Amino acid sequence: MKDLIELALDAAERAGADYADVRFVERLTESLNVKNGALEAASSGRSAGLGIRVLVNGAWGFAGDARMEADAVERLARDAVSIARASGTASGAPVVLDDTPPAVDSYRTPYQEDPFAVPLEEKLKVLFAADEAMARVPGISMREGTMDLARERKIFGSSAGAMIEQELTEAGAGIEVAAVGDGDMQQRSYPNSSGGQHVTGGFEAVRAMALPDHGERIAEEAVALLSAPECPSGEMDIIIDSSQVALQVHESCGHPIELDRVLGMEASFAGTSFLTLDKLDQLQYGSDVVNIDADATAPGGLGTFAYDDEGVPAQNVPIVSSGRFVGYLTSRETAPIIGRQSMGSSRASGWNVIPLIRMTNVSLRPGQAGSLDDLIADTREGLYLATNRSWSIDDRRLNFQFGTQMGWLIKDGRLTQMVRNPTYTGITPRFWGSCDAICGPEAWTLWGVPNCGKGEPMQTHRVGHGAAPARFRNVQVGVRR
Amino acid sequence: MAELMRDSTVDDVLQHALELAGSHQAEAMYVGRDAALTRFAGSRIHQNVTESDATLRLRVVDGGRTGVASTNRLDEEGLREVAERAVAMSAQARANPDGAALPGADLGGVDTDRGFSSATAAASPAQRAEGVRAVIAAGEEAVLDASGAFSTETATLAVANSEGLHSRQRTTQAKLLTVMTGPDGASGYAQSTSSEIGGIDPAAVGREAADKAVRSAEATDLPAGTYTVILEEYAVATVIEYLSFSGFSALAVAEGRSFMELGSRVMGDNVSIWDDGADGSGIPSAIDYEGVTKQRVDLVTDGVATGLVHDSATARKEGVAHTGHGLPRPNTFGPLAWNLFMAPGASSKSDMLAGISRGVWVTRFHYVNIVQPRQAVLTGMTKDGTFLIENGQLVRPVRNLRFTQAIPEAFSHITAISSETRLVAAEYSGISARVPAVRIDGFTFTGATAAETGD
Repeated sequence: MKDLIELALDAAERAGADYADVRFVERLTESLNVKNGALEAASSGRSAGLGIRVLVNGAWGFAGDARMEADAVERLARDAVSIARASGTASGAPVVLDDTPPAVDSYRTPYQEDPFAVPLEEKLKVLFAADEAMARVPGISMREGTMDLARERKIFGSSAGAMIEQELTEAGAGIEVAAVGDGDMQQRSYPNSSGGQHVTGGFEAVRAMALPDHGERIAEEAVALLSAPECPSGEMDIIIDSSQVALQVHESCGHPIELDRVLGMEASFAGTSFLTLDKLDQLQYGSDVVNIDADATAPGGLGTFAYDDEGVPAQNVPIVSSGRFVGYLTSRETAPIIGRQSMGSSRASGWNVIPLIRMTNVSLRPGQAGSLDDLIADTREGLYLATNRSWSIDDRRLNFQFGTQMGWLIKDGRLTQMVRNPTYTGITPRFWGSCDAICGPEAWTLWGVPNCGKGEPMQTHRVGHGAAPARFRNVQVGVRR
Repeated sequence: MAELMRDSTVDDVLQHALELAGSHQAEAMYVGRDAALTRFAGSRIHQNVTESDATLRLRVVDGGRTGVASTNRLDEEGLREVAERAVAMSAQARANPDGAALPGADLGGVDTDRGFSSATAAASPAQRAEGVRAVIAAGEEAVLDASGAFSTETATLAVANSEGLHSRQRTTQAKLLTVMTGPDGASGYAQSTSSEIGGIDPAAVGREAADKAVRSAEATDLPAGTYTVILEEYAVATVIEYLSFSGFSALAVAEGRSFMELGSRVMGDNVSIWDDGADGSGIPSAIDYEGVTKQRVDLVTDGVATGLVHDSATARKEGVAHTGHGLPRPNTFGPLAWNLFMAPGASSKSDMLAGISRGVWVTRFHYVNIVQPRQAVLTGMTKDGTFLIENGQLVRPVRNLRFTQAIPEAFSHITAISSETRLVAAEYSGISARVPAVRIDGFTFTGATAAETGD
């Protein structure tokens, strides 16, 4: 394959490319789904191809194809150059890349147990055992368990001399139940909604989730929610569980720090950002307990790798330091615009698309508030919110509204009453400014978000967020329609 | 069509894959895609891409046990390998008779290029760049930055199964969208989509967005609350797209997550919504992902829930006809309506404005999501042109508002519907909808993007 990459690079340069990079990507997937006691799906996928990106006179062109014979690859390189020439008819100032040195290296996700070597029957046993646990609770209308495994092998080569081979292995699983009654439907999930928890790693991560041990509990909670009172409406102190804090970080920090978005490159689709260039090192993004970093080196994160898809080494960079906004996610094209080097967050979801600035593992660092129980005990009155149910945020990432699956009223340091259909809403800097306590390392989890969408054509990517439960003061909850 | 095969046709690939499945029941699905997209921002092209891919998906059913495997390697070795994987998966799977049904030959048999345009298929990077330059020029005339994308795509979907069903369609789609932005928060949007690239007028798209942007500058606050609204076609299409996700499928109703109750009034009697893949005024789609011929389904007729879309699994379970709305099976999402239409009314947009003493004009919505599926409560933000209406006139632009609203309830209070409709392609779901603009008395905004942020 490396020979083919060299061939493509050579063909691109001969056709007139000033710079070229080529990515071979092969992605193998396995998905299992058990629904209501039956195996709904057992599927296996393979997609492989070559993507060639070129700069001609400072304008970009890209072509991707699944055909990988020599003549097809040479044609593909010429196509990419032709496309770049068309871009040049309306490309503005020439693109200038940073001077990241080309690397020759290899990397493989560490894992204990190869998920593709575990027999299908053994995987199904986990899902069926969880299903049986959920089925023990009367009143459940739908039970579902999913398992998603993937292996991505990719080779990056550039005309500057880079040649990087990586093999990333991912594992994810989760269970969910629904209960229906009195014109309402309530859901509970474990370990998280949207397909559960996802990591880079092996099958040991799925085993550690112990899905069957949690089936009965979430089923009981879903049924109980049907008869719980509606979430009250008003301003309250709230404690958010770590998985929802992770999504809060994703939407209100992870996206607005993407420098391409800040520069307007996503204006027509994903939107722009309130974190404009003048805010860098100036804006108080949150309270002084809020520290956020982007760490592509974090073990097990869904945004963990050794090099991004421009050949830039994985790094850990500060984003919010004691509440102050100090860093963006960048690429080789955008970093020089703010006088920096790429911090390595340019990622493509497959061989057929270009790398865009994507989150790596954008994480809220743990605080000093101890365990979740400690934080609840420290709260006189408020609302505890658990597990995401819905999300929406405006195009500049300021006005957000989230719904969670379950809420609990807090009174005198104890959870007292379950409430249903909880929602909360706010404006990003004001919300993070109201954060006065974050639980400690013992309550911190590195969550995987496998369904982050961005770009046109839209790329669905896999990113990570570490988070611990956190408390926010005087937040609007219980949005009424 | 993605010509990954050297000397064989799509039919050959499908038949060979079925043969490799051996004596098992099997379904082979081919999805070929040649897609190109020229993207611009800040009035310059900054991304310009093309991709060519074709995937063969083989579903093998062995005594009720289903295994599925897919590959985009379509030579002999690739096909043998995918068949081995599918057979191995089915051998290890557990039986699920409900998930195993394959549609019969009588439900398919379509072979069509309806919805295919050779001009769209042959569109070049230079042609897309020319269209983009026309949009940028419209922006420059109004001193605005233009962002957007001009895409063209050719897709082949072919399905064959061991029951003798065989269907194939080839379609094209061209789509141009732009957001124009300028000083003081000016922002305007326009989109045009068609099977035929000649049906897109880039300069007109640019002018529409520029006009909206110029009028939206210097927006001021409007408090959240319940207002009479006019939703332009872009906003209506998004709302109906989400009704399709949450409510129009037979599985959603069976699982109790839909607002639809067949035979019951769910909206006002002036509302009719249907799905029709054969209507050339939409983006035509003759077959579903099981190869079944798409039928027109009247979903809401004069405000009453009259129909649901079905795939093999729901049709079999409920003993009703397959409507041709299956996604690649097996899946847990169920069937989907993706060629949607809403009946026009008799009003012009100026008629709709007249008589509104105070209200809000909404161009489009952003980042909509389902808050409560059973009641079809959606939330989202307005975007790219939100205006205050007073005494029948647009009096000033307002900052974006967040709505949280049960849509069936809102669609029970539609007091005017435009006589003209517009075809709108969803941002990423593949759903298209031809819809009118509507006036709703009582639409709830629950928040606003406040000026307090200094932005």
